[in-house]
Amino acid sequence: MFRKALSSPYLHNPPFSTQGMMFRVILALLPAAAVYAWQFGWGVVINMLLATGVALLCEAAMLRLRGRPLRPAITDGSAILTALLLAFALPPLTPWWLTATGAAFAIVVAKHLYGGLGFNPFNPAMIGYVVLLVSFPRELTLWSLPMQLAEYSLDLEATLKYVFGSALPAGTTIDALTAATPLDSMKTQLGLGLATAEIMASRAVFGPVGGVGWIWINLLLLAGGLWMIYRRIISWHIPVATLGSLLAIATIFFVLDPRHTPSPLFHLFSGAAILGAFFIATDPVTAATTNRGRLWYGAGIGILIYVIRSWGGFPDGVAFAVLLMNMAAPTIDHYTKPRVYGHGGRDDG
Amino acid sequence: MNDNRYSEIARSGLWSNNVALVQILGLCPLLAVTSTTINGLGLGLATTLVLVASNLIVSWIRNVVRPEIRLPAFVIIIASLVTAIELAMNAWFHDLFNILGIFIPLIVTNCAILGRAESFAVKNTPLPALVDALAMGIGFTAVLVILGAMREVIGFGTLFANAHLMFGDWASALTVTVLEDYRGFLLAILPPGAFLGLGVLIALKNLIEARGKRISTRESRTAAVAQGR
Repeated sequence: MFRKALSSPYLHNPPFSTQGMMFRVILALLPAAAVYAWQFGWGVVINMLLATGVALLCEAAMLRLRGRPLRPAITDGSAILTALLLAFALPPLTPWWLTATGAAFAIVVAKHLYGGLGFNPFNPAMIGYVVLLVSFPRELTLWSLPMQLAEYSLDLEATLKYVFGSALPAGTTIDALTAATPLDSMKTQLGLGLATAEIMASRAVFGPVGGVGWIWINLLLLAGGLWMIYRRIISWHIPVATLGSLLAIATIFFVLDPRHTPSPLFHLFSGAAILGAFFIATDPVTAATTNRGRLWYGAGIGILIYVIRSWGGFPDGVAFAVLLMNMAAPTIDHYTKPRVYGHGGRDDG
Repeated sequence: MNDNRYSEIARSGLWSNNVALVQILGLCPLLAVTSTTINGLGLGLATTLVLVASNLIVSWIRNVVRPEIRLPAFVIIIASLVTAIELAMNAWFHDLFNILGIFIPLIVTNCAILGRAESFAVKNTPLPALVDALAMGIGFTAVLVILGAMREVIGFGTLFANAHLMFGDWASALTVTVLEDYRGFLLAILPPGAFLGLGVLIALKNLIEARGKRISTRESRTAAVAQGR
């Protein structure tokens, strides 16, 4: 009896549909998101809801324009995940038009102009973020203080007023509510020739390892990422290679000059290294696909993160590192094709 | 030679075979200088001037120059013309010259100019060559100006800023502030803005053409139906 040949991979029961996968990634992200909101205030929640709303609207509009069915693409959760990752990257007190621009750019330009989910060469959330970062560097470096450091925090109503009307309660300024991020102030102060120990001691934003408040978010992100590996939603190759190469290169430079170089753990637990390694770099559409390729791809991201953080113009380099390696992913895949069974072995020509 | 031929040449240069939107030539200056309308206009006019002069000269000497050495000859003609334009701009539009900088000498390398010499002027008499150069140049300038306007409005919130660089002091009044109290969207000014803007323009052109084609087929169909009756 003749059966129609299907294309690989020959999965009998695919473990997850796109929808199942996306919602599990969102689930893994939620604990960290909750702590992020708890630490940095209502602005985080507003960012996430606003980005999700705009992303879904843009997704629907683009699908309509392209004449594609709405339902499967809207409900697969990919737009929601993009929006959540973008909101994670944005400062907690962000004017609404920034969040909306970023989410719209991510969905309209980075995703649908390239052909929609599965065809985008670049990670849409990171494109949205980088567009905002290069266009509005000032707004994107104003991070509100974590709960422990803020003299007082804005309640929901005051946050809404700031986000939608950029009005602050009387007697406070945006400078009183915000500060440079740990990575940012480390970079500026190192540029002034101070030693890392002095910097960490002199500034309140630094905790024992990284920034105050950041350590919990990053630990929960790490836990979420490990859970995703355990559930086989992502493979271990990219996160391990990314964080491993970041730690390795940070250790080399730390050993060479421990006084003026932040410790490897500081690099790991500050900024978006863990978020990037587990949640952003592992995007199956834009990452390398072979296992050996994934190791190269992750290693490239880790090294680029360190290079951009240490010698680049921006305090954190995760977004740029991921986008640069997205660009390299097809080439990496080309050179790391697995050997086809029966061909190219030791005895084969 | 009839009027029909000239209108065909003009149409090709301005629309159907537009240097920037269809041939996608001269991208380097197109992307680099269109951060404002006036920069675009200045470089567009300089390019048009070179194109007109080079097409005319190439067309005049087309029967004298042997085919084997035609390319070096054309390049020398274009380079001399660009040098002349560069000196002229330095003398009369010095501030604009400073802003456009390296992109004026780089007009030499604009493939559009050598392309027109090679594909049109060398095969035609001076008058059609002149019309072709004008149409191509104006088509290119129009795209530079539109792209410059798009990027300037989105990037700075103004239109025709620095117009006095080109038209003298009275033109300062031309500057229009389109968006009051605008923070500026830097992306539009940076190189990606140029690529995105050009992409949008090409898409718009294709859209207009597709729509025109659809209308014309519908008309011919209704005409055929009417004739059938």
